[in-house]
Amino acid sequence: MATDASVVKDERIKAESFVARLMKRPELGAIGGVILVTVFFMITADSAMFTLSGIMNFMTPAAQLGILGIAAAMLMIGGEFDLSIGSMVAFAGMIFGVLTVNAGLPLIAAIPLTLAFAASIGAANGMIVIRTGLPSFIVTLASLFILRGVSLVGLKLFTDGSTQLRGVRDAVEGDFLTPVFSGEAFGFVFRALAEMGLVDTFKSGLPKVPGIPVEIIWFILIALLATYVLLRTSAGNWIFATGGDSNAAQNSGVPVRRVKISLFMVTAMAAALVAIITVIDAGSTDARRGFMKEFEAIITAVIGGCLLTGGYGSAIGAFFGAIIFGMVTIGLTYTDFDQDWFQVFLGGMLLIAVVFNNVIRKRVTGER
Amino acid sequence: MTDPIIHMENIKKHFGNVIALNGVTFDVTPGECHCLLGDNGAGKSTFIKTMSGVHKPTAGSINFEGKPLSFNSPRDAMEAGIATVFQDLAMIPLMSVTRNFFMGREPTKGRGVLKRFDLDTANEICVEEMRKMGINLRGPDQAVGTLSGGERQTVAIARAVYFGAKVLILDEPTSALGVRQTSNVLSTIARVREQGVGVVFISHNVRHAMAVGDRFTVLNRGQTLGTAVKGKITASELQDMMAGGQELAQLEGSLGGTV
Repeated sequence: MATDASVVKDERIKAESFVARLMKRPELGAIGGVILVTVFFMITADSAMFTLSGIMNFMTPAAQLGILGIAAAMLMIGGEFDLSIGSMVAFAGMIFGVLTVNAGLPLIAAIPLTLAFAASIGAANGMIVIRTGLPSFIVTLASLFILRGVSLVGLKLFTDGSTQLRGVRDAVEGDFLTPVFSGEAFGFVFRALAEMGLVDTFKSGLPKVPGIPVEIIWFILIALLATYVLLRTSAGNWIFATGGDSNAAQNSGVPVRRVKISLFMVTAMAAALVAIITVIDAGSTDARRGFMKEFEAIITAVIGGCLLTGGYGSAIGAFFGAIIFGMVTIGLTYTDFDQDWFQVFLGGMLLIAVVFNNVIRKRVTGER
Repeated sequence: MTDPIIHMENIKKHFGNVIALNGVTFDVTPGECHCLLGDNGAGKSTFIKTMSGVHKPTAGSINFEGKPLSFNSPRDAMEAGIATVFQDLAMIPLMSVTRNFFMGREPTKGRGVLKRFDLDTANEICVEEMRKMGINLRGPDQAVGTLSGGERQTVAIARAVYFGAKVLILDEPTSALGVRQTSNVLSTIARVREQGVGVVFISHNVRHAMAVGDRFTVLNRGQTLGTAVKGKITASELQDMMAGGQELAQLEGSLGGTV
């Protein structure tokens, strides 16, 4: 009987252990995954993987994906998907390339313009989803193809027929903002550590790891910011509420439309940021940039504990989800395994994460 | 008797050629529980939606605290102090009690970019308000999904009262609850009433209504059949009025008076 159950449950609830409470954290699965994967590679991989340079090696792709994954997680918590993130990387890369190379703008103008371009497309996605009431899955699937196509056509137009736009490195060389978006940070720390003999050095005395790649710094800052917003601001409460039940949220005075459109804009801008970082790094941009990244970002978010139905998840979870991703992609090259096991691993991981999240959700809501 | 907080006179509401309400008169005074009874399709929902600003009446007048008033939106009504707890409760199971309690109306501290959700204050208020309603939360971070139906109803009521409801409309708060939970909700209603809030209790369960109601208004086919004061009417008389007084007497006989 339901009424008796509530009385009995009160007694049981008081006995809830620390472990049981931990079980209810959305990021638990991802942290567990990181530990599992670390142990796996500790055993199977070459010891070089867990040296400083090895860690930087897998953290760099993890960071690039993680920036997308954290944005995707926030959007997913808000109850929507964005399948166009990957194409958005290509599109924003093209815009950025054209602005710096063809238009010759300095970064201080080119970067805000690129972000604004991306944000306006994100807003358009959000607007269409809200106005039509269609699932964001299908709306952004359309954007996926549209943006990819526009990137292809656009690149050919601006480069006289090539799908690659070169010369970005020359164009941004010497710009005072370049170090913020490319290269390594905290080089002086590493040089000092090298002098003290605390890190591995080349024969010349320079450290083998010249610094922390800037994308890792961005990745960590964005994870912290997203966590702060989600857990400690009104906007965060609105995001959870919107994803949990947009009708209830609306009735309680949450600006549901504004929340969703903002999230789509944030997601698009995260894609643009990744585009800017990787384009400067590579010195060129092409139409295949960000290919399949939309799925990887969503997988990252799901491994990080986000529910596909919205209203639950965490940015820290996505942070660790991305690290798992990076470790597996790069880690397999340190082992004797065929690298193509990567995809099998990925699918398995996703499946486990979804099943696990479902169990967690039932625990949290007390569903039977 | 004190002046009513809200007085609705001869309210009519037509949807195209359907007459949903055809002259309903209803009022609530502070600290009173006024029950609105009616069978399914009697127009209860239309009436409370008119009262909470969702619908505009086709004809009739609304006086709020003595002044004529017309609500353009539910938000207007909410701001005036009319809070409605609908059956879905506007609660999100995956979120904590505190986050639900303050959903859309979060207390903040700091300013500018540092303006943030003041969770400590929110948790404190939430636990305190729930304690006043007779519920001891395990913790303010307990997910609403783990609460029983009656407790959720109480959270919704506590929330409305905390945010300054003068009139609290409860849409069938006991319809989906078990016996013990129902009595919990009914005692919550009694507590709210003691704080001087006017409660509108919508139900088709006469026994629940008799337990907390001070006055009873019966709605049938979009019309009020009259208002009775507690003690001047019996449950079976109310029951008969709700059903239009026809076959139910007969049915009740054959079922041994259990309806």
